[in-house]
Formats: sequence, structure tokens, C-alpha cells
Amino acid sequence: MTVGPSTNETPRDTAAAPGAAPAPFLSLRGVCKRLGATEALRGIDLEAGRNELLVVLGPTGAGKTTLLRTIAGLERPDAGTITIAGRDATALDPASRDVALVFQNFSLYPRWSVRRNLEFPLRAPGRNLPEAEIQRRIAWAADLLRITRYLDREASRLSGGEMQRVAIGRAIVRRPRLFLMDEPLTNLDAKLREALRVELVELRRELETPMVFVTHDQAEALSMGDRIVVLSEGRILQTGTPREIYERPTSPVVALQLGQPAINLLPVRREGGQWRTADGTPVMRAEAGGPGERLLGVRPENVALLGGEAASEAVVRVVEHTGPTTTLLVDWLGSPVHIVVPRRAAVRPGDRVHPRIDPGRAVLFEQTPKRKESP
Amino acid sequence: MSVSFLSLDRIEKTYPDGTRAVNGIDLAVDEGELVVLLGPSGCGKTTTLRMIAGLELPTGGAIRLAGQDVTRLRPARRDVGMVFQFYALYPHLTVRDNIGFPLRAAGLRAAEVRGRVDAVAARMDLERLLPLYPKQLAGGDQQKVSLARAIVRRPAVYLMDEPLGTLDADERLAMRELIRAEQLASGVATIYVTHDQEEAMSLADRIVVMDEGRIRQVGSPADVYDRPADLFVASFVGSPGMNFIRGEVAGSGGRGLFVSETGRVPFDVPLEGTARVSSGQATLGIRSEHVHPDANGPIWGRVVTEEYLGSARNVHVEAACGRMVMRADAAVPYGLGAEVRLDLDASQVSIFDGATEARL
Repeated sequence: MTVGPSTNETPRDTAAAPGAAPAPFLSLRGVCKRLGATEALRGIDLEAGRNELLVVLGPTGAGKTTLLRTIAGLERPDAGTITIAGRDATALDPASRDVALVFQNFSLYPRWSVRRNLEFPLRAPGRNLPEAEIQRRIAWAADLLRITRYLDREASRLSGGEMQRVAIGRAIVRRPRLFLMDEPLTNLDAKLREALRVELVELRRELETPMVFVTHDQAEALSMGDRIVVLSEGRILQTGTPREIYERPTSPVVALQLGQPAINLLPVRREGGQWRTADGTPVMRAEAGGPGERLLGVRPENVALLGGEAASEAVVRVVEHTGPTTTLLVDWLGSPVHIVVPRRAAVRPGDRVHPRIDPGRAVLFEQTPKRKESP
Repeated sequence: MSVSFLSLDRIEKTYPDGTRAVNGIDLAVDEGELVVLLGPSGCGKTTTLRMIAGLELPTGGAIRLAGQDVTRLRPARRDVGMVFQFYALYPHLTVRDNIGFPLRAAGLRAAEVRGRVDAVAARMDLERLLPLYPKQLAGGDQQKVSLARAIVRRPAVYLMDEPLGTLDADERLAMRELIRAEQLASGVATIYVTHDQEEAMSLADRIVVMDEGRIRQVGSPADVYDRPADLFVASFVGSPGMNFIRGEVAGSGGRGLFVSETGRVPFDVPLEGTARVSSGQATLGIRSEHVHPDANGPIWGRVVTEEYLGSARNVHVEAACGRMVMRADAAVPYGLGAEVRLDLDASQVSIFDGATEARL
């Protein structure tokens, strides 16, 4: 395993005050930011731990990038406070925050070699690192990111994945106290995204540096996050571990943000002690009290195909094979419903099936469905 | 032998600077078939599509479409409908006029154009958008309009260049289903380019896996997934790609014994090819869903990463034979650092030649 370079420039206060509860490394309280006519952030409260990868998930326009820029100090909040490592950072300039930003677009100097791109942040005025230390850090980062053989290549000659590795390298050579990543994998091929998301998680864990990772990609959020913050229209809708948010979303909007294909939302009404779908099929037991009409959220993998004779009939419209599983789009209960079944299931378009919902894994929502807003 | 509907015969493209983008592609597409060209950036898939469209001229080889040699025909003279990654709608025209554009260009009468636009809009649920301008539409809707414009005509072939490229996940799935439904309904042969293997698996009748200007494999999604022709296909197709274990294989005539470099992983394995192993060196490939925990399994390792995916979990195990990814139940975390023993489903193993990397 690679050993990190010494950090004689910014001592990282890794030890919490004795006896005190572990304070979060980063904390935002009531942060608001208006950009022109838009209220980009409307009272954000969030915390990231000292050794945590916090994902901020939301659609285009949710305020994700503004949030990241505010943490970095590139935007000043109109209200609220930002605390970094126990210190009020709300009014600090970006350089004094000691954070590193990685953007979606690989912001490298195209005519410079990879080595020169990596050296650049280390040669910044006032840093005064000895030459040997600079070279040590570059060798370390290059090894970690597997870009050693490109060190003397011009940045413009690299592929997208290689460029983004260099951009990440430029962030880690500084050994910042906090990584801020703004959709760094979005412009890469699907296959590279998949590989780099694992690399980033392992790299961060090895560096033991907290990271705030912004994305609109639910697979990245679920697979990378220690916790996820779901952001919509400048507000946090839910915060929790990936599993909490996937299994117990607090609203249909959150439920629709995670999972591919998206969760099925079926209107149900209470009748005879059961929640029933539009055609009267009972799907789960209903407690008395509360509204008589709800929305039932069911993940596609929590619908079984053979519900027996009691189950109502559905017609298969589309069959998609995606490797270990098969995704079906069926007409059921008057709605298009997605069902994910094991690959071995032999189903063809036009087949009649009898789906059954796993009631233990379904979620009832109070609200009426709200369409995910367009970007 | 029947003559196929669209055929590429040793197509090559070398740019003036010497870059060889496409290096001798042979491909035959039947009427009504949806063929996906799949590969990483720079593999030559888009250049191939553009040569079929006539937007680039091949430097070698021939293209035949519906019985006619179209290799050197101008794009407008080929009967193709293109859908691009970027919507490429006319900003000054309404959605109705955008969709009707190819029909008017073909000289159809106004009433006929109106009727056909109405029909495609009704089918694709676009009616409410007809009076709007492109800039008033969300990205997903713009791409739907772009698709509608391509399919309002019945060309001999649809050519689609990463049409879902800029859409978000939900829109991608909806659009994918729409494309498949429209294509099946129209029965028009379609060539579809993507770098996304999941998209390819879900849409294609046949997948053409490309790398460095060459075809690596042509086959049904199941073929390409279960029986990859070489190491590149095995790692590129599937999410994640196949796990690999390096070692040696001995045997012939259908069966063989594989032993890993570490000597700890012996397996009876199927050998499908002519079974003359060019060297003893070989690589075993296995998909993550065919790796499972087993107290007596030959592979021992520690969990280094767990990727929670909602409906499943990818457990990365660092073992002496290399990293193995196991697809496991989402609800059962293993925990970082946990020790596990793994076994492989021997019937699902692929063996590749250590030197040529081809499937054995």
C-alpha cells in the first residue's frame, strides 16, 4: 500500500478534543444564497464527518453546484454559517479554507505536461515546498492514480478518463483538508465512470480526507455515499445512508430520485381493512385512521411475477435484458409498471403475468404524486 | 446466401493525418433488425455510422443499402433517418414544423404533412408540444421531438448516434423503451451507436462490439454477455465487467483443468473452441453474479469495498488471485475488512488464451 507524503505545510488536526463528542468536520447552518432572481439555496443544514464521503444528489437546477461553491468560498452565503474543522469559515476566502475542488470539465492546462499540471498547485506562491517534496508528492499521486506513464505527456493528448485522473491528482497532491467534487465523472464513458467511482471511494478512504461529492446520478450516489443528502429546489428533502433513503424514502420525489428503473407509484385506497389498487386488488393490510387514499411506492425488484390466482392479470409490453436481471414494462392495474426479475425468467412481450407486490418492502406516501421537475 | 439489407464490406477510414479510425469492418444487417455498435470513445463506432449516413466517405470498402451501392452517394440521396446525441432541432421552427420538415423537404402536400405529424405526435404523446419552440422544451422532450422527426418518414434505415447521451437516468429509460417500441412497430432496420453497454444489452437484436477500429464480436446480447469472444469484450460488457484470474489451463476435447497462478484455484472448465491451447497460459473469466460465498471455496480474501446499488450490492474482495467482485444481496452488508471464502459457478466460467486473449 502506498504511503502518503509528509504534510509539513498544513498540519491536519486529526485528534478531536479529549472528552468531547466527535464534532463534524464540516457543518452548514441555515445557509441561504440568492443568485439573481433564483433562491438557489433556501436554508441548508448539513454536516459531514471527519472521514466521510457525503453525496449531494439532485436534478439539474437543484442548487448542488451553488452549495459546493459556497462551501469552497467561491460564493458568499446571504445568510447562515459554515464551519470547517471547528472554525467559522463563513467569511474566509477560498485559499484559507484549504479545500480542493474537482469539476465536471477536466480543468487542466492543455499545452502543459501532466507533470507540470500536477506541480502547479504545489508551486503556488507562499507554499515554499522543497523541490524533493514536490517530486515525492507527484510520484505518490501518479502511482495512486495509475498515471505515472503519462507524466511527460501533454494534457491535451490524454483521453477523458486520463484527464479526469490528472485533475483528481492535482487536487490530492495538495493534501487538502476537504475534497469538493462537482460531478467529476459525468463527462466520462459509462465504463470508465463505473471504474472511477470505485477508485475514488478507495482513494478517499486511504487519504482519510472528507469529501462532498455532487452528482445527479443515482447509481453514483448509492454506491459511493456514506450518506446522501437529497437536494431539490434549494432545499434538503432527506438525509440518510443510501439504504435508508432507498428503502425508506420520505416522499415520492425522493423515492423517484433513487433506483433505476424508477420506483412504481400506484394510487391505492383503503377498503375493508386493505389498501387496494384502482381495480380493487388488495395489496397490503391497512391500519385504520388517516387519509383513505394514498400512493403506494414499490421498487421494481419488489414485485414478484407469480402472485397466484388471486392476483390480477398484467400484460408484458417491453422486455429488456440487462445482464444479471431482466426488466419488464407491464400494463397492470391501469398503469405502466416496471418489474425486475431474475434473468432466467422466460418472459416475452404479450405474455400475461400475475404480479404480486411484496408488502413488507412497499412504502406508503401521504402526498399526491408530484412529477419530477424538468431540468 | 441471401443478400442482406445493409452491408458493409471491408470498410476503412484513414484520415489525412494517418489516423486510422476504422480498420476493415464487415457487417450485414437484416431488414427490421436493430444492431447496436458498442465500444469506448475512439473505437470507430461513430465514424462507421457517419459513413453509412454519407457524412464521411470511406477510404476503402463498399456500403450497400437495399440492393444499391451507396458508398459514394451524397447523404440526401441515401434513404436514411438520423437521430443525433444533440437534438439538432431548428430553433426558429415550432415542434410541428420541425417534425414535418423532412416530409416537406420530400415534397409532400401540406395536408399530408399535417396528418402524418399528428399521427406520430399522438403515438409519442407529443401533441401538447406541437405549437412550442425547441427552446421552450426540456431536454428529454427535445430529444423526443428529434426522434419523431426521424421516424415521421419511413426511411430504409434509422441511424442513431448516442441519442440518449444527454438525458438523465429516468428519461433515458423512457426514451429507450420508446425507441424500441417505435422501431418494432415500424420494422425499419436501425443502427444505434452507444458506449453504454447496458443500453446496448437492452435494445439490441445484435451487438457489434468495437475497439480500435475493429470488430471484436458480433452476437446477440446474451451471446456477448455469456460467451465473450475475448478479454476486451468480457471486461467491456457487463456492469461490472468479468472478473479475471490468471493461470494455466491443460486439456482438450471440450474439458480442461484450470489452475490459477497462485495454485489455489483449480477448476474443471469447459473449453469450447478447437481446444488447442496456444500456450499453457490462460485467463479465467467469471461474472460477478456467478461468484458466491462458500465456506469451502478455493478463493480466500478480504472485503475492500462494498457498492450498495439499491437492488443488489457489489462486494469487492481482494484475494491472492486478484480482485473479485461478487454480486450479493443488497440487504446483507459484509463489512470492510471481513474475511470471505468464495466459490465460482463452474458452468459459467469462460477461459481465454493467455497469449491471444481469445476465448478458448
